[in-house]
Amino acid sequence: MKKPWFALAASLSVIGVGVAIAANAAPPQGTVTIEMPSDRGMSFKPGPGVEIAQRYCLTCHSSAYVSIQPRLTTAQWTAEVKKMKNAYGAPIPDDQVSTLVTYLATEYGL
Amino acid sequence: MTCDAGEEEVLFLNRSRFLVAAGAALGGISLAKAADAQTSVDLPFVNGQRPLVAFPQKRPLLEVTPRPPQLETPFAVFDDGVLTPNDAFFVRWHLAGIPQSVDASMHRIKVTGAVQSELSLSLDDLATMPAIEITAVNECSGNSRGFFAPRIPGGQWGNGAMGNARWTGVRLRDILSRAGLQAKAKQVQFRGLDGPVLPETPAFKKALDLDVARGDDVIVAYLMNGQPMPLLNGFPVRLIVPGWYATYWVKMLAEVTVLDHVDDNFWMKTAYRIPDTPTASVVPGTTGFATIPINKLNVRSFVTNIADGATVGAGLIPLRGIAFDGGSGVRRVEISIDGGRTWRNAALEQDYGKYSFRRWDARWDARPGVYDVAVRASSNDGVTQNATPIWNPGGYMRNSIETYKVTVS
Repeated sequence: MKKPWFALAASLSVIGVGVAIAANAAPPQGTVTIEMPSDRGMSFKPGPGVEIAQRYCLTCHSSAYVSIQPRLTTAQWTAEVKKMKNAYGAPIPDDQVSTLVTYLATEYGL
Repeated sequence: MTCDAGEEEVLFLNRSRFLVAAGAALGGISLAKAADAQTSVDLPFVNGQRPLVAFPQKRPLLEVTPRPPQLETPFAVFDDGVLTPNDAFFVRWHLAGIPQSVDASMHRIKVTGAVQSELSLSLDDLATMPAIEITAVNECSGNSRGFFAPRIPGGQWGNGAMGNARWTGVRLRDILSRAGLQAKAKQVQFRGLDGPVLPETPAFKKALDLDVARGDDVIVAYLMNGQPMPLLNGFPVRLIVPGWYATYWVKMLAEVTVLDHVDDNFWMKTAYRIPDTPTASVVPGTTGFATIPINKLNVRSFVTNIADGATVGAGLIPLRGIAFDGGSGVRRVEISIDGGRTWRNAALEQDYGKYSFRRWDARWDARPGVYDVAVRASSNDGVTQNATPIWNPGGYMRNSIETYKVTVS
């Protein structure tokens, strides 16, 4: 296919503008230290089963990972809990999965 | 910026006149300053309230989640200039094991796997190699996920999980050449200093095919807009894959592993997969379709100086914004004030390269009424944004035409 003139013009300008050999661009030195904010007091909503969420979810992420979600169905919360357990290794005991799903679907569901 | 007011082309569009100007935008409407006193932003979807929180080395950003941090750039920042300031640049980590102190002088990039000789490169070593600068958009795969309908679980971003910066570093290709590849080399895998909280959680690793990894523009960057990058954006070195989604731009790059097979780690084989269809779209609820790893950005455009729902005074209204794609470059940006029924060209501003935001300008001589202002971009590889949004189960790659309800009083 014949290349249109504007594409040619764009690629020429890239040579001139987009990629250039940098001058006086030394890599950084020294140490950067930050203090990450905590979860800033956020917590799961109270409700039956909240202690399971507190015990197993907060290990890896703040409760905002739940509270920002759209109102998910029980099937969707089930999939999320199984993903956390099976793909990410959250040590949620098998016999507490359904209570956790019910808690999430009740407090953060449709 | 060569056109002055005398060179403007006057266009008529339904009830309003459009004026296209290839010049500095008029003063007047600025949303950028409105955010100063706010403590939160309401994104227009369920559970979209986001506190504005200043993380280390950052100005107040929309806090999607604090741990691991996901911080969104307030959209008005994109009106301030073609480059996104480092302290406003979005942040997204997958795993909470993030070093909070990094010594650049001790940092090493280990190159191992199917290579002739293993390397352990310091930043001083990188300083001896040819330096490259490239301006490129870094966009999260899930940018705009909150706007998908039906909604999708995941990071609930508005449109601010993207940014454009000038990156300085060395070509990955030069590093790979120094190590020397074995004949069986197939992909290159990347890992940063971050790690999971639990040992059972897969460490975050991404991989590129050899031909992509050895491309002209893939660099290991140590400067961002001419400065050391904020720790939360990957200090001291980050992989830059221009034109590709941010998931590949591994932060705090520490391990480069040449593989003799296609990477089957969780973050390649299971996560970040898109439908193997022309626009990465399927009918909601579809299952069983073939998938591929997410790759190049699709074409997008935004208005940056007027927000959805804004009220403006009648008269000459400047419209301006940004457009970008996955590396073919922006060919055209068009504006509509009738919800996409009719379109007129906007003027493209300075070209910072095919991977950069391209700013555009237009002027609208607006009469009182309510308008659906829309913007669409076309890329040099012949793609134009669609009105109909795509959908996929990951909530990736949203790029439909943006429309803004504007009341002219």
